[in-house]
Amino acid sequence: MNLSVRKFDAVVVGAGGSGMRAALELARAKLKVAVLSKVFPTRSHTVAAQGGIAASLGNSSEDNWHWHMYDTVKGSDYLGDQDAIEYMCRRAVEVVVELEHMGMPFDRLDNGKIYQRPFGGHTQDYGSPKMAMRACAAADRTGHAMLHTLYQQNVKANTQFFVEWMALDLIRDPSGRVIGVVALEMETGEVHVLQSKAVLLATGGSGRIFYSSTNAFINTGDGLGMAIRAGIPLQDMEFFQFHPTGVYGAGVLITEGVRGEGGYLLNKNGERFMERYAPNAKDLASRDVVSRAMTLEIQEGRGCGPNGDHVLLKLDHLGADVIDKRLPGIREIAIKFANADPIKDPIPVVPTVHYQMGGVPANYMGQVVVPGANGPEEIVPGLYAVGECSCVSVHGANRLGTNSLLDLVVFGKAAGEQIVRDVRALPESHPDLPKDAADRPLARLAHLDSASSGERVVDVSTDLRRAMQLHCGVFRFPQMLKDGVTKMQEIAARAERVFIQDKSKVFNTARIEALELDNMVQSALATVVSAEARTESRGAQARDDFKDRDDANWLKHTLYFPDGRLEYKPVHMKPLTVDAFEPKVRTY
Amino acid sequence: MKISIYRYDPDKDARPSMQDYEVALEPSDVMLLDALVKLKAQDDSLSFRRSCREGVCGSDAMNINGKNGLACITKLAELPDRVVLRPLPGLPVIRDLIVDMTQFFKQYHSVSPFLINEEQAPDRERLQSPEERNELNGLYECILCACCSTACPSFWWNPDKFVGPAGLLQAYRFIADSRDQATSARLDNLEDPYRLFRCHTIMNCVDVCPKGLNPTAAIGKIRDMLVRRAV
Repeated sequence: MNLSVRKFDAVVVGAGGSGMRAALELARAKLKVAVLSKVFPTRSHTVAAQGGIAASLGNSSEDNWHWHMYDTVKGSDYLGDQDAIEYMCRRAVEVVVELEHMGMPFDRLDNGKIYQRPFGGHTQDYGSPKMAMRACAAADRTGHAMLHTLYQQNVKANTQFFVEWMALDLIRDPSGRVIGVVALEMETGEVHVLQSKAVLLATGGSGRIFYSSTNAFINTGDGLGMAIRAGIPLQDMEFFQFHPTGVYGAGVLITEGVRGEGGYLLNKNGERFMERYAPNAKDLASRDVVSRAMTLEIQEGRGCGPNGDHVLLKLDHLGADVIDKRLPGIREIAIKFANADPIKDPIPVVPTVHYQMGGVPANYMGQVVVPGANGPEEIVPGLYAVGECSCVSVHGANRLGTNSLLDLVVFGKAAGEQIVRDVRALPESHPDLPKDAADRPLARLAHLDSASSGERVVDVSTDLRRAMQLHCGVFRFPQMLKDGVTKMQEIAARAERVFIQDKSKVFNTARIEALELDNMVQSALATVVSAEARTESRGAQARDDFKDRDDANWLKHTLYFPDGRLEYKPVHMKPLTVDAFEPKVRTY
Repeated sequence: MKISIYRYDPDKDARPSMQDYEVALEPSDVMLLDALVKLKAQDDSLSFRRSCREGVCGSDAMNINGKNGLACITKLAELPDRVVLRPLPGLPVIRDLIVDMTQFFKQYHSVSPFLINEEQAPDRERLQSPEERNELNGLYECILCACCSTACPSFWWNPDKFVGPAGLLQAYRFIADSRDQATSARLDNLEDPYRLFRCHTIMNCVDVCPKGLNPTAAIGKIRDMLVRRAV
């Protein structure tokens, strides 16, 4: 092994919202930090978030964090950890105000305060029919505004970015401590070792494992693959959110903010069908509820279009002024991807995979926790996880809109603070690298370099995405899930045997896609195996054979291990300072 | 559809060449990026950047039939039967359609692209009226795709000295922000024969911006401020 070795106090893998929020904390504390990203930081998928970031500022309606916490617990279908949810909702105002101070261009009210709009599942007074205006928005480009602001602040703080470097694997020492990462510099094809006292996974979700997804090409679950290969389990991967309004055909996201501003869904009879499914919240019910309702409308023959396979999102009644002021990006997307100008015509939409609630198990300080001799949540020294790749778990079985951007900054900041404390308590010098530190990724790269025949990456990844779409959809069926597990195991075996024709060292995107496929396989396996085993319906998991939530048997988190084994651990029902919200029937 | 693409792999090619591809399109292929993804399935060595596929991340900027744009929001139906794709002009080519954007980002970083306000921050948000906030419209939406700067002859000639339309648009984004207190320093930073004044209002930047932004107007406003402060 003759690789370049660099040493850092902290390595952040991923430069989206959570990675850059953490990096800012680390750079400001003068730690020696490296931020690795497959893409230039402002190209990370946080950029595509639209509608807003939740915080109970109370600028437009009465609000407080207790109500926000209740909504999040209920939205999670009671699978969210209540200590972490309390922590997030309590810190929401602080972190959003900080973003404003950093220069984020929020929309404003006449009194100069941040503009807030209603969003699905966010209510006043613990689930009353009155919606809370809690989503702090920068038009319908909130993620773009936030990501660029965070990048700008990192420029100011002199954060060291390694742009277009793909992390391949974690390095652990014999005691299990994570002591670095192995990474591929895409431009040169060179492999590097980055030794670090702390490694933070902030790699985003794996939404690309589904055929129809709002997610960017880069969302291949790289951090999840790295975790699994390092022996770390994945939590609650069966819970994948279908966003109600992806553009029919293209899959591009149309923000829930459209419905927050007053838009609503129609079936082929022109009926506002959500009134039947959620009499109070209607179109602003939780995403899982709306996606199921849409799917039922389509299945029962009330879908729109020649094939009856979508519904319509109507917003022309909002008027051109509101649309151009509050939803300009949506208008642009609808015209480009749906050939519909929403000022005149409704947008054809269909539930589309959007967000991974599960991920690498972590606590609310960002520390990765796994079962050990002393309980189900022992800290993995040196390893942290935040953002969509993590499972804290604040979203439980279903995430509320605008809680994802909030999750990124709250836990990005919290993990940064924790890493500063932990690194300062460690000795100055780095532990020795194991001799085999980079053997696995080097062997994988050597295989890709030498193999001259085998399966094409694109064929295997297309089959993977189609299989996930078919076997793990909005509604899940027992035999389909069983078959899905078998099929995914076959696909995993095929993925081992892929080959690429491109053997160039320079910016070899075929090689990147092959490495991404390895990570997608791990996420997909974890998802389908966990879904097959959970015999209840909760949040985003809706089983045809077990239609109800089963708190007696299933109020627990799934852990999927690298060998395919499942274990379970209790949900944290006890908040930090307030009384717990006991599970009750969830209606909107 | 016939697509001719600039190919160059420094690992094996002595010099760049154009390669002609034929791609059979399906109804689900709507955007140029769909066709490129299909071509990459045929030939995995074809190299280009892409990510969000909805025109917001800025990865897949390229020169399409002589004009810079984003492949993911360029409709196939609006392209002629023969399409010629080249990397963004004026930047070093790493491989195929992938350019080295170091110089572009260096210029962006040179304008201190972050809010500067040294006052003690209040407990809550700083106030900003809707009118003040409106001043940022048409500025903050930039996705740093580099279509504009790499369409600008002044940037081609002096990429090391002229900030370029993207960087100048962002310079003005902070000058225009009622919360920013560094206007004077920002103007000092641009008062130079090259950094700002190499803009000759050719307006290629406006012509190509995939987000419909107008860097020339922003540059004009900075110029006005410099003139006003000089008299």
